[in-house]
Amino acid sequence: MKATSATATAARSRAGGPPSDGPKTTRLRGKDLLGISQLSPEEIVLILDTADAMKEIGARPIKKVPTLRGKTVVNLFFEPSTRTRTSFEIAEKRLSADTLNIASATSSVVKGETLADTALNIMAMAPDLIVLRHAASGAADFLARICRAGIINAGDGAHEHPTQALLDAFTIREHKGGLSRLKVAIVGDLLHSRVLRSNVQLLTKLGADVWVCGPPTMMPPGIERLGVTKTTSIDAAVEGADVIMMLRIQLERMEGAFFPSFREYFAVFGLTPDRVARAQPDVIIMHPGPMNRGVEIASEVADGPYSVILEQVTNGVAVRMAVLYLLAGGIEA
Amino acid sequence: MRRLLKGGRVIDPAQALDGAFDVLIEDGRIAQVARDLPVNGRSDLEVIDVPAGCVVAPGFVDMHVHLREPGFEHKETIATGAAAAVGGGFTAVACMPNTNPINDNATVTKFIIEKAAQANLARVYPIAAVSIESRGEQLSEIGELRAAGCVALSDDGRPVATAQLMRRALEYATMFGMPVIDHCEDRSLAGDGVAHEGYQASLLGLRGIPAAAEEIMVERDVVLAGLTGGAFHVAHMSVRGSLRAVRDGKARGITVTCEVAPHHFILDDERLASPVSYDTNCKMNPPLREAADRDAMLQGLRDGSIDAIATDHAPHHYDEKKVEFDRAPFGIVGLETAVSLCLDRLVRTGFISLKRLVELLSTNPARILGVPGGSLTPGGPADITIIAPHLPVTIDAARFRSRSRNTPFDGWRLMGGVAATIVGGATKFRNPQVAWSTR
Repeated sequence: MKATSATATAARSRAGGPPSDGPKTTRLRGKDLLGISQLSPEEIVLILDTADAMKEIGARPIKKVPTLRGKTVVNLFFEPSTRTRTSFEIAEKRLSADTLNIASATSSVVKGETLADTALNIMAMAPDLIVLRHAASGAADFLARICRAGIINAGDGAHEHPTQALLDAFTIREHKGGLSRLKVAIVGDLLHSRVLRSNVQLLTKLGADVWVCGPPTMMPPGIERLGVTKTTSIDAAVEGADVIMMLRIQLERMEGAFFPSFREYFAVFGLTPDRVARAQPDVIIMHPGPMNRGVEIASEVADGPYSVILEQVTNGVAVRMAVLYLLAGGIEA
Repeated sequence: MRRLLKGGRVIDPAQALDGAFDVLIEDGRIAQVARDLPVNGRSDLEVIDVPAGCVVAPGFVDMHVHLREPGFEHKETIATGAAAAVGGGFTAVACMPNTNPINDNATVTKFIIEKAAQANLARVYPIAAVSIESRGEQLSEIGELRAAGCVALSDDGRPVATAQLMRRALEYATMFGMPVIDHCEDRSLAGDGVAHEGYQASLLGLRGIPAAAEEIMVERDVVLAGLTGGAFHVAHMSVRGSLRAVRDGKARGITVTCEVAPHHFILDDERLASPVSYDTNCKMNPPLREAADRDAMLQGLRDGSIDAIATDHAPHHYDEKKVEFDRAPFGIVGLETAVSLCLDRLVRTGFISLKRLVELLSTNPARILGVPGGSLTPGGPADITIIAPHLPVTIDAARFRSRSRNTPFDGWRLMGGVAATIVGGATKFRNPQVAWSTR
């Protein structure tokens, strides 16, 4: 689908943000994107609007613009990641940035170097932006304090994954026109999920009615203070939902510790066609990937007509282009 | 050698003293506390005029510090820790055994005492490990450790592993009158948590340590103290459920006492988010708890159910703290901030009296440990802390005597500080910010 200026305008007008046509902004305040928690509703809308334009570039035969020519972006990935790292790299290349990938297996980290020293050494080579993926919550905040370069958080522990939430919002907006008053059900491992934390903050900032659902053993204490409805009933969560967002179960460490078995998990929390039928007729089904088919989501649903899972991946590139563009511009200013 | 402290307000709860008294010191001991002692007629008498507004108190005793030597001298040594103690107003400290090697045998105890004697600053009372290498399996040779100079037992850094071991330790220690100090934490509940389990940890994506992990162990140990008649002391208490268990135990006549660290009655877990997110100087175990727990600690300090303030002074090298939050070691330094924090947050605000503060910092910890001091009773050691409750103080970690600077209080402006620290009659610290006059 090609985003025309007409649909983009329509999307903007319904993009949520308080109360209706809130004040517009044209730039991000910080040098970094560490989390959704730092963004105002206006900044979120700015990123989504910018992504509209960026998506159009991805639909061209020559998918490249000179916008970030001469800018250096380092992708610093301390955790395995295929989707996010590839998405960032494509976004950087489409904007003509010089990119460099450092993965933990090839970095000095295996030699015992600290994150601070690794970052300071990279900084000595004067990159403009660093995209960081790290297993420790707060790693991006930590790096932002010691680096002059802009830091983009590509996932830190169980804290935040802001570009995932932004691409999810972008995808919802494409389908629904906006986010305000939509019922969004987020189901799965809430405790360990950075995607949950970013999405809950973004969706509530833009006025969505957010329901979170999972086993009580994987419910973050105090989550209701973020303005969400929590439930352990997936039927209640998906009832009349406009959007169902499934979260990944981490196979390697969940079974037996947080719930008895994958078999039981699927029976109680798995998204099946029967459960999808409780939602709105035009519901969309999302998943940040990678999916565990038959654990949190039935294949019939993942591959079915309501699934927008691959669109999310497509939109990820556009949203990351928008973030890179806005932050690199901010550094220059 | 005789010295006379002239003109201060003396507060000694142990003798129910509060008023303008002079204190005469002879041969390192308190000789007399009385009004208007004569200054002339004796040429060997050194007179120290206590500056106006200052308070003369029995020396403060920090019953919970980590001096890191032997084994971790890059963090702290007994000499630098003792210097930090006297600089912070403490005439005595009790040091935890989790060094390398662990203080589970008389050789290590004697080494600590020897190093402390060489430093010749604060008194240093070693605490012995409950179990060999604090592994929670076999009791240390407690009798020999006692004879070598240990004053209490603890596997601090970790809990006394099993109820059975705790029971045996409490029973066995009664023979020597030693308290068992437990780091109360159910490890199976705490897991690999790094922050208080609650809203803040949820928001920041940090693994939680539930309040119940502490409360359950306090309950267990109170029951065991009741069973054995032993003396149980709760280290660094942090949650309101633990305080309730202690109050219940005391009401039932069980020998249970507890301490709280300044960070647990001043800070709460919102500090993890701001002003500096994921500040590793706000990472300690037990973690900063939620506001209701912090407020409960304050109430306990006021109503008497908390016995002592102890710092849990835990120095770490800045390299060790300059890492991701998950990877940073637990603990902050406390010796050089505690007295100012207490004066500002507890006394200036009128929340507790100076007399109560002296009980918490001196009378009670000395009594719990069964060590000399904690009072200005004639015949006792002349261990004296002179405080200046109205002195403006700015915490400056760069100037700490400690080898480490890991504090969340750097830059704090507080009212109240230490004027002088006297150990065995000798002045070990004298604050140049205070207006001393000389005769």
